Amino acid sequence: MKALMSTVLALMLPLLASATEVPGYTLTLKDHRYQPAELYVPANTRVKVELVNQDPSPEEFESDDFPAEKIVMPNSRISIFIGPFKPGRYRFYGDFHQPTAQGTLVVE
Amino acid sequence: MWAIALLVFREVLEAALIVTVVAAATRGVLRRGWFVGGGIALGVLGAVLVALSASLLADAFSGAGQELFNAGILIAAVLMIGWHVLWMSSHGRELSRQMQALGTAVHRGVSSLGLLLLVVALAVLREGSEVVLFLYGMRAGGADHLWAGLALGVLAGAAVGFGLYAGLLRIPLRHFFGATNAMLVLLAAGLASSAARYLIQADLLPAWGQPLWDSSWLLGNGSLLGQTAHVLIGYDARPAGMQMVFLAMTLLALWCGARFMRRQQTPRVRSGTTPSRTTSVDDAASNLGQRTLA
Repeated sequence: MKALMSTVLALMLPLLASATEVPGYTLTLKDHRYQPAELYVPANTRVKVELVNQDPSPEEFESDDFPAEKIVMPNSRISIFIGPFKPGRYRFYGDFHQPTAQGTLVVE
Repeated sequence: MWAIALLVFREVLEAALIVTVVAAATRGVLRRGWFVGGGIALGVLGAVLVALSASLLADAFSGAGQELFNAGILIAAVLMIGWHVLWMSSHGRELSRQMQALGTAVHRGVSSLGLLLLVVALAVLREGSEVVLFLYGMRAGGADHLWAGLALGVLAGAAVGFGLYAGLLRIPLRHFFGATNAMLVLLAAGLASSAARYLIQADLLPAWGQPLWDSSWLLGNGSLLGQTAHVLIGYDARPAGMQMVFLAMTLLALWCGARFMRRQQTPRVRSGTTPSRTTSVDDAASNLGQRTLA
């Protein structure tokens, strides 16, 4: 029983480790613009992006280049997991204010 | 106004394409119009409720509430469409024979009609709640011609749906349910792929290759055609590997399932005796039909 438990724990360890080691990045929405407009993230790594909406209206963080579609309510924040990416440029936008809310994920 | 109309149009388009395929797949079925109309009405009501509880949803499940909600809706739709496809593969031939004999009306229900009503409702709910939140934001920002934009977007989206429906009606009756059934399978596979997207972004599933390929030079996800292909056949210009796993699994499950159902069906017709397995499925199906049509 003890052996089984330790085996299970040993198997789960990499999962736990990966969950805690995800690097975090912050994006801010203000006046329907992303700050920074270019977010640099490392290649081949899962990344957690926290999006802070400082506008008084809801926005939808969305991308056509990677799985991302999440609504962020006025004056609140969301987090979303993306990657691991191959190096390149990946566009994202705010679905509700597309003329201004444009950003690029630069993966290096 | 045009910006509002365009966003509304894109959301309505996605729902309209799904509703159109469902409407075509239930062509000629008794009281079909009421079911599709009821599904749309239910979806609009649901959309307003979801939009009203958006903050609540955002905070649920330590921030993964939105993803779980969307993935749950999509997977439920996949299961319901799947059930209908399997039901049709054992009754479809009979149905098109009846339609050819009687003109266009089939004076009997389709057992899975109630499920398809829910698929319509869920499609409208998902896209509609985004429209409601968008309009709320626009209104707070003091945008002009809000209602005109909304009306224009809805009309344009619905027009595309009717256009597709008119096109589908040109398929000869003999092949009609075969074609709409195939469309439902592809639709379900695409919805499964979308469900995977949500589970990936919530970190509940790994991406398995991001992107698996890049065909955005050929047909981008953001283009109207790309968006249409996304809904109808699950097209994605830069898919994650896990999305394609979901898509392939759904295609495989429904294709094998439909073949199995058809093989179960054949001996019964020939010998006149009913194998027990088919009976149980048929009973479940007709019970469901009575309940939903009552």
